[in-house]
Amino acid sequence: MTSKQKLFYFISLHRTGLTVALFCVFILLLPLVTDNPYTLGVTNLIAIHAIVVLGLNLFIGYAGQISLGHAAFFGLGAYGSAIATVNYELSPWLAMLLLAFIVAFVALLIGVPALRLSGHYLAMATLGLNFVFHIIALQWDSLTGGPSGFAGIQPLSIGEFEFYDEVRLHYLIWIITLICLLLSLNLVRSGVGRGMAALAGDQTAAAALGVDTARTKIKVFVLSAVFASIAGSLFAHTYMFVSPDTFNIFKGTEFAIMVVIGGMGSVWGSLLGAAFLTILPEWMDAFETYKDFVHGGILVLVLIFLPQGLITGLVENIKIRLTLRRQKNAASE
Amino acid sequence: MLRLNNVSKNFGGLPALSNVSVEVPEGKLTALIGPNGAGKSTLINCITGVIPPSEGEILFRGENIAAMPPHLIRRSGIARTFQNLKTFPRLTVLDNVLTGLSCEGGSSMLMAMLRLPYLRTRERQLKLRALEALDRFSLSGKAKWPATALPYGDKKRVELARATVGNPHLLLLDEPVAGLNADETAAVGEQLKRLRSEGLTMLLVEHDMDLVMTIADQVVVLDSGKCIASGTPDEVRRNPLVLEAYLGKMDATA
Repeated sequence: MTSKQKLFYFISLHRTGLTVALFCVFILLLPLVTDNPYTLGVTNLIAIHAIVVLGLNLFIGYAGQISLGHAAFFGLGAYGSAIATVNYELSPWLAMLLLAFIVAFVALLIGVPALRLSGHYLAMATLGLNFVFHIIALQWDSLTGGPSGFAGIQPLSIGEFEFYDEVRLHYLIWIITLICLLLSLNLVRSGVGRGMAALAGDQTAAAALGVDTARTKIKVFVLSAVFASIAGSLFAHTYMFVSPDTFNIFKGTEFAIMVVIGGMGSVWGSLLGAAFLTILPEWMDAFETYKDFVHGGILVLVLIFLPQGLITGLVENIKIRLTLRRQKNAASE
Repeated sequence: MLRLNNVSKNFGGLPALSNVSVEVPEGKLTALIGPNGAGKSTLINCITGVIPPSEGEILFRGENIAAMPPHLIRRSGIARTFQNLKTFPRLTVLDNVLTGLSCEGGSSMLMAMLRLPYLRTRERQLKLRALEALDRFSLSGKAKWPATALPYGDKKRVELARATVGNPHLLLLDEPVAGLNADETAAVGEQLKRLRSEGLTMLLVEHDMDLVMTIADQVVVLDSGKCIASGTPDEVRRNPLVLEAYLGKMDATA
């Protein structure tokens, strides 16, 4: 091999690692390029959403299930952290960890019966879950503050170092997002991940290959709920205020739409999906009014024309075209 | 190796299988034939746990697997291919074959997320085995292809590679040559013979009689959910009950 070929081989062999490294450098340098608090505020929100979407994409894109109710787990993390740190004066980090365990347990309790369902039924069950959570957050005034929300949450801190301005939050949130990204990448590239992909492809075939389909579904559901809960805790400490409408059923569907836009079964697509739907309302003022129309419209268009999701769908179509063209060229030679 | 004792399956009172007893001897290729609707696919689905039988026992290496879920049956050593292709179109050919090693488990979700060094080594070993399996079915050149881009015959071979990569004790083949042309059928026949020579026990459901009669050691005939004959291909070919099942009742006056 020439040195050029060696270089290309090295790149193709370590392409995932190199992409992650490049992305880390980008994140590291971003605050040096722009320290505009507004811009960093948006990218921080993207990072928080991305954590939820990464987990949800494992559930929707890899395990082939559907959930429209992950805003409930996001909200449990957020309200849980708020209540634990303000009412019970727990350390925020400990609260975050504790909440992750509690949410895992809640997801397990819900998942065991709910995941016997599939398709529309599972979509309705998860939507119902989100609805119930929203009502509780709205009505249980004494604990959640009711419709006016829960204020007075402290920012996260390490010793005396408090994460309250956008630049500090940028590093904190993105480090956690990157860890979640790495964990997801590792998972999908493992044997367990292939079992999940098999499950999404065909449940009967996956079971016949030795994949424990029922358990895998529940495990991925619990994992995605834990991701959402961590994102929720971060959300609470970042904005120092939570209110019920942030976690309503529209938020739940929004997360699912982020997965669909980014591409089902694409870890990197999760970041893009989260970014796209977080930035969109910032760009268009009229968006807030017609939000549900735009969301619904995007969802319908993507599902009709690229059922695998926008980004994955495009990439996969190109891959198949290239393979077929290469095959044709090889045949004509 | 596999023994079915009086297996019955009713679908809402309608008997699909009634008191079927079949023996699949070790190292042999047993063919299961019968007219459409005879219950062949139901039998395969009973053995693999997709549809648990209503009655009877299914003994695999001495253990009753009749009530076990499909993934445990695969882990106990029974692999299968599907009549209508069930390759995963979005995965590459190599990844399709790698899913055939899911039966070996070996890592939890948490371990997989941390990608510990021992898992990387294991992953390399699994990949080598999958590549070897692709090579055996002359698919090595297409390892990186998305499975959906493969022609039909190649997809069938991907299923065979995926089913055998995990070294099962028993392989159930549900119409492996349906839809293949004569050359491709002959090639699959050769591959099945090779697998048998390597000691793999097989149960083959097939409509292609030429293939069945040339490669089977033993033939079992199902008709309307009942086992009506079994024996060597020659014995079965001459059995009047079998002729009747396939051609209809002989008219006495004819």
